[in-house]
Amino acid sequence: MAGIEQPLQTKELTVSMGPQHPSTHGVLRLVLELDGETVVKCTPHVGYLHRGVEKLAEGMTYLQALPLSDRLDYISSMSNNVGYCLAVERLFGIEAPDRAKFIRTIVCEMTRISSHIIWVATHALDLGAMTVFLYSFREREWLLDLFEMLCGARMTVSYPRIGGVRNDVSQEFVDGLYKFTEEFPERIEEYETLIDQNRIWLGRTKGIGVISAEEAINWGLSGPVLRGSGVDYDIRKRFPYDAYDKVDFDVPVGKNGDVYDRYRCRMEELRQSIRIIKQCIERLPRGPVMTPDAPKFTLPPKERVLADMESLIHHFVLITKGPMAAPEGEIYVATEVPKGELGYYIVSDGTGKPYRMRVRAPSFVHVSLLPRLCEGGMVADVVANIGTIDIVLGECDR
Amino acid sequence: MEPLEITERIKEKFPEEVMDVIEFREQLSVVIKKERIVEICRWLHDEPILGFNYLKDICGVDYLGKKPVRFEVVYTLYSMRYRYMLRLKAAVGEDEASIDSVVPVWIGANWHERECYDMYGIRFTGHPDLSRVLMPEDWEGHPLRKDYPERGPETQWQGFQEVLDKAQKFKGFSWQG
Repeated sequence: MAGIEQPLQTKELTVSMGPQHPSTHGVLRLVLELDGETVVKCTPHVGYLHRGVEKLAEGMTYLQALPLSDRLDYISSMSNNVGYCLAVERLFGIEAPDRAKFIRTIVCEMTRISSHIIWVATHALDLGAMTVFLYSFREREWLLDLFEMLCGARMTVSYPRIGGVRNDVSQEFVDGLYKFTEEFPERIEEYETLIDQNRIWLGRTKGIGVISAEEAINWGLSGPVLRGSGVDYDIRKRFPYDAYDKVDFDVPVGKNGDVYDRYRCRMEELRQSIRIIKQCIERLPRGPVMTPDAPKFTLPPKERVLADMESLIHHFVLITKGPMAAPEGEIYVATEVPKGELGYYIVSDGTGKPYRMRVRAPSFVHVSLLPRLCEGGMVADVVANIGTIDIVLGECDR
Repeated sequence: MEPLEITERIKEKFPEEVMDVIEFREQLSVVIKKERIVEICRWLHDEPILGFNYLKDICGVDYLGKKPVRFEVVYTLYSMRYRYMLRLKAAVGEDEASIDSVVPVWIGANWHERECYDMYGIRFTGHPDLSRVLMPEDWEGHPLRKDYPERGPETQWQGFQEVLDKAQKFKGFSWQG
């Protein structure tokens, strides 16, 4: 038995995880170098979903580029649209009417709920708790039905418009949404009953992927990933847009900056979103949903196009020639989307098309954090870390 | 502190570097020379009365034929404590397009700079791993440059034929077990 005295020969193993892997939430590829079960090095490879949205936008008018923003973060397309519209509105120097602002706030929060419940579903599924997945997709279906009632589309909605929203909400929609806000808090409790005190869940999430507040700021993280580390940074509070300055809500903040705290943050945000939606429904002002002082870059209402000459000409000119030229300048407008801070940086050269449209995607920054979270940890925690940063590769790769 | 006061302080500290200050829709842009970018960023980050500790974004812009200096690298900064926002724009010339990396100041700059290199071909000196991030490793050209066509020639990807051949080969494969 001479072999025993010799030290055991170990070799580092390189594993390619993805791009087709159920727990990478899209087409993310991680090259993991493993020493036994410990991750020595983690290299993310992205770009499989790169469609060149920024380049495409340069060849489009401001109106045409709107549907591109749906395709960034395709499970929370409403918030992306709103972010884009706000950026263009700010560039043109116009503002949406009050009613449109409230409606936008409502749809943004609906998107936040639907995105967060997908997140909790898939995150729990990755960590071995399948039941939550089945429950939360039931509620997501409910929300998507409401979206369909609102604008006819479920996923890529393109409902907000530059200067307002496409159409007014129906009473049926408002009633349906109110019913949802009444019932949903119970559902949140249902999810929490399933995992909150679950010993396996606690063991898989507590103390995993810890990042301190200072480090999180230095990395440029945003959204629940940043707030989980205890940094009170929410764009809805810091740079209020739409109706967020008129409603009352709290920003949940974590303490330890681990996977569990980020989970708690998102669950709390679900409750706050319900609170915001309720207030918005109760205070929904009357009035138009499209800004009246901007006929030069927003399409006139369809019924007007069919009835009077002026609107028909407007419609024709907008579709064939594109909207009025934007003033020369540059603008960075950020909104708080479910994943974090989504920023649009638009450079205008005084024509009807954006000279440069940069999308600051939260997922892109968060993917770059993965090596920091995974290296030195166990290979089983890699899926917990991918789940906790809540990425969508459509947004990361653009 | 008023936004213009911030620029006054930058001008005071780096009088040679500030080339222009632009205000548009209450957003402030400071155009600077690229040589001392890391020093300026370090100062903005560390200065107790400013504290720009949060880097929102880095991106490039190509002003081909519009400005004498072709590229601009745009830094969007934010101060968590005082809630200031500031945009730094460093002009980068076309030949030898390079600028110092700010990764030592904000570690989050890493991938933004990689993307900027990928899309514009601007080299970031001192970057820990400057490689393409969104485009494939063997890609030629930098897509977001203005002289890069929006629609490319309909040529096939070089590795595609190889994949097809392999697929053809495996078609006749049957398990022996």
